[in-house]
Amino acid sequence: MLRIQIITIVVNILFVLYISRLIVKGKLREEYAIVWIVCTVFLLLFSFWTDGLELLRRLTGVVVAANLVFTGFIFAILVYLLHLSVVASKLYNDNKKLAQEIALLKEEFKKHLDEKKS
Amino acid sequence: MPGKVLIVIPCYNEEASLPKVLPELLSTALPDSYQLEALIVNDCSKDNTSAVAKKHKATVIDLPVNLGIGGAVQTGILYARENDFDIAIQLDGDGQHPPKELPKLINHHIKTGANIVIGSRFLEKEGFQSSFARRLGIKYFHWVNRLMTGAQVYDSTSGFRLFDRKAIKLASVNYPDEYPEPESLVVFSKAGLKIAEVPVIMAERQGGQSSIRSFGSLYYCFKVSLAMFFSFIRKP
Repeated sequence: MLRIQIITIVVNILFVLYISRLIVKGKLREEYAIVWIVCTVFLLLFSFWTDGLELLRRLTGVVVAANLVFTGFIFAILVYLLHLSVVASKLYNDNKKLAQEIALLKEEFKKHLDEKKS
Repeated sequence: MPGKVLIVIPCYNEEASLPKVLPELLSTALPDSYQLEALIVNDCSKDNTSAVAKKHKATVIDLPVNLGIGGAVQTGILYARENDFDIAIQLDGDGQHPPKELPKLINHHIKTGANIVIGSRFLEKEGFQSSFARRLGIKYFHWVNRLMTGAQVYDSTSGFRLFDRKAIKLASVNYPDEYPEPESLVVFSKAGLKIAEVPVIMAERQGGQSSIRSFGSLYYCFKVSLAMFFSFIRKP
């Protein structure tokens, strides 16, 4: 086994352990962890199966294998970033609705208290 | 000993089935001296679920943002805790869980003292049994659950469940959000709660759509397995 293979495999395993730790501590939700776990599975697959990348390169007709990796990963990262933006937008909207709801409730509650006093 | 029973009905766009479910529920005879209150948790429905429920003398909680099934059920559980209920029972609003089966759950709880009682379709193979693919999925979760907790739960995806005081206390702080049924069983077993199953007869849904469809079902299996695994290794 090549030295670089061993390094990638070790780094991958450490990464999975770190993700697991985050989930167990409740700092990362499982649905977001899925993407990271799938990524590590891919990386692990190609660190064991060194001919795989060459095969994919020939299938897609890319000249340099490294370019295939860059294109693939940059695309995947972009898609995931877009997904995170969608999630953030939803959170913003939900947060706004909650704040408004609480403000209205407070106002209503105050009115009730005043009515009770008088 | 008199007991207060809360029926938690999480609803998302269920205006079609509620007029049938609610009257049936409110006229259900419970075992002696148990009092029933129906609570609709309206998870930001786009139809008239809230208005329809109010017409039928049910307590209604309208969530200001959509929380999903887990968050909606937990809201009901919180209401049960705050208002000192002895038992909370989750019942789906789509008509799959006939209210006349409720006494079976309560009687089983009285008899065995189990903290969680699940209404199961598969103990006695009667009533609506779901499709082949779904049964396969449910079998799979049965095995995952057995592997992790050692407990035999045949219908671990059933949302027809009774929570006693101890379970209410636990679920009010720790209840999964997305697809909570199989995962919560791992949480409950790890906390040492006693889980029991009782055979019930379920119907096919009367309206609305299942939240788990086609491609989503693969994601469902994967996500829930992952979540169950992490609940398993998490310290209680």
